[in-house]
Amino acid sequence: MNKIILIINREYVSRVKKKSFLLVTFLVPMLFIGMYAAIFFLTKQSYEDTHAIVHIIDEEGSVSEQLKNNKNITYSLSNTDLQEQIKNLKNGAKNTNLLIIPADFYTARKIELLSSGKPNIGTQNEVRSQLREIIRNEQYRKMGLNVDSIRHIDDNIQIAAKEITETGDAKDSHTEVAMGIAMGLCFLIYLSLVLFGTQVMRGVIEEKANRIVEVVISSVKPFQLMMGKIIGIGMVGITQFILWIFLSLILITILSTALFDNKEVAREAMGRNMTELPGEQATTANADFDWVAALDSVNFTELTICFFVFFLGGYLLYSALFAAVGSAVDSETEAGQFTMPITMPLLIPYVLSFGVLVNDPHGSIATWLSMIPFTSPVAMLVRIPFGVPTWQIVLSAALLVGGFIVTTWFAARIYRVGILMYGKKASLKELLKWFSYKK
Amino acid sequence: MLDIRHIVKQYSHHRALDDISLHVPKGSIFGLLGPNGAGKTSLIRIINQITAPDSGEIYFDGQLLHPKHIERIGYLPEERGLYKKMKIGEQMLYLAQLKGLSKGDATLRIRKWFEKLQIENWWNKKVEDLSKGMQQKVQFVATVVHEPDLIILDEPFSGFDPVNAQVIQEEILELNRKGATIIYSTHRMESVEQLCDYIALINKAKKVLDGPVREIKRSYQQQVYVIEFSVQHDGQVPNFSETSLFDVIEEKTAIDNHEVTIRLKNDSTLNNILLFLINQVDIRQIREVVPSMHDIFIDHVTESSTSKFPHYE
Repeated sequence: MNKIILIINREYVSRVKKKSFLLVTFLVPMLFIGMYAAIFFLTKQSYEDTHAIVHIIDEEGSVSEQLKNNKNITYSLSNTDLQEQIKNLKNGAKNTNLLIIPADFYTARKIELLSSGKPNIGTQNEVRSQLREIIRNEQYRKMGLNVDSIRHIDDNIQIAAKEITETGDAKDSHTEVAMGIAMGLCFLIYLSLVLFGTQVMRGVIEEKANRIVEVVISSVKPFQLMMGKIIGIGMVGITQFILWIFLSLILITILSTALFDNKEVAREAMGRNMTELPGEQATTANADFDWVAALDSVNFTELTICFFVFFLGGYLLYSALFAAVGSAVDSETEAGQFTMPITMPLLIPYVLSFGVLVNDPHGSIATWLSMIPFTSPVAMLVRIPFGVPTWQIVLSAALLVGGFIVTTWFAARIYRVGILMYGKKASLKELLKWFSYKK
Repeated sequence: MLDIRHIVKQYSHHRALDDISLHVPKGSIFGLLGPNGAGKTSLIRIINQITAPDSGEIYFDGQLLHPKHIERIGYLPEERGLYKKMKIGEQMLYLAQLKGLSKGDATLRIRKWFEKLQIENWWNKKVEDLSKGMQQKVQFVATVVHEPDLIILDEPFSGFDPVNAQVIQEEILELNRKGATIIYSTHRMESVEQLCDYIALINKAKKVLDGPVREIKRSYQQQVYVIEFSVQHDGQVPNFSETSLFDVIEEKTAIDNHEVTIRLKNDSTLNNILLFLINQVDIRQIREVVPSMHDIFIDHVTESSTSKFPHYE
């Protein structure tokens, strides 16, 4: 027992001390946060940029007074000559426009919008929607309809999507948020299982290629060496995750206070970013989507615990197999033919997650995949943000534990033979033969 | 020290060890000889409990071999190496601790060994910065640092230059003098004669020969001698063919030096020969023709009639 701790210690320390570990640990959250910060920043920036000044030359005469200033556009009626205006426009500030409304505006429904730079789509849309309303009102009037009463027709509808929890309470459901988190988790666990599994395999191959393995197993049992390696690298993985979470929290706090003076700006910027679709006023109803409430509705504690449980279970299961593969080959290039069948059951739920699992998280495919030990780490994490009954999570976790005990036992039998076989390319048949060796 | 009884190890298509029994006396240097693929490594792995035999048992110091004995064995495998990226000192500490030493104990002993081999300044070097021979030295230290009672060395001199091979050989002999039993597996027969008290020869999974080196060599003696002499004043080479003391196998004659190879017969002794010769020639040298371990090895391994062993029939 004492010796396995020595092995774990060596595996752990030698990896954590590496420069690449520090680099990855600090760079990855920086990269992610940096990306989000950039998105926020650009959104905010573009919000400021889109504010337009529109000078109007109104040849029709009645249109300009109906155009209303708002937070995006400031109109100003101009009396100067057209050529003079164009000249002004050339020297004008950013996003200065000249709107020319012809005399036959109501019949031709054509206008010209001259811009100091490239015409801004947002400004165009804003102007278009206001002008459309003016034309609509004019046509209502011609048809003898009361514009005011039409304006009072409100066909906007709000859907309060709630899910009934086990206790019978209704809870606000934010499917979009769940979906986003599910995809993120699925990606993260898939990547980390393959990444750390491969590290175990590399470690085994390194020991075999260096020929140190026989020296070591004259002191400890092959099983101890294998488990020591797996546990040591697993702890490296967990250390990395904890550092990532920790660093991300710090960075988010710093950035959110530095970039946004108050939450309102952030919310507005984000809302605009998500919903600014050309023209259609109806969609702006979505701008009221409450991101803060949506994020609050996610149970992050449950997610984090489940992530660690399923990461650990999946890691133990797969890394044992990766260790067995590593023991059977002499170099990493040879390992390819074996890693493919091993990672297949991970890849399947990962690929499915983008469609089937997210769209039908409680369907039979999703449920079964989240129970089978090989696929459950990925599949279960995709389902959890949508809410999974506790008994299913517990059952799945228990099956996963059973799964890794079986694969570890299986892998250990191949490993102890494989590490002593040099210069022999093993076939799958041969691996099975090793498996049946007595000791 | 080690009593190996009827060990059988079967792999799916070949038998690696077929009923091997050996006795390794305490304090001896025991040569384990055999061609490639004979089963030496399989046997060594079983002694180190890396693998288990299909049948048969091994007694270590009178007790049935048990995992606790691992700490009393030092093993230098033929396929050996170190972690390339690890510092030498840390690596030694790790390997010594795996053998059950405490950290403090291990540090002291490693420092002592490093001083002895004059490699003190290697502590913070990485393995990849050392030459092959230097790595071998470090590896040797790792094998013996826990002061094992039984040291198993599989081709310990491969990778050493003659100077360092000599250094290591001295260390092996000293460890032996201090009481360690040594099992030395090799193909290098000349070193066997220098080092070993006992040998066992394994060929094709079977033991073909074992016992004390001196006895084995004696059993191969054939009463054959080479006599060098020069003729006395009258200049006549005596005619040996008439004597009943010995047969002449070969005669070589140079200008002032004659060499004759003889085999004793009719219970005659070397003294009889000397008496017979002493009045006829000036004897310069007499040496017994003793088969080398190399010859014995080749003889047993080739086993066919094409034996190169000099049988003077």
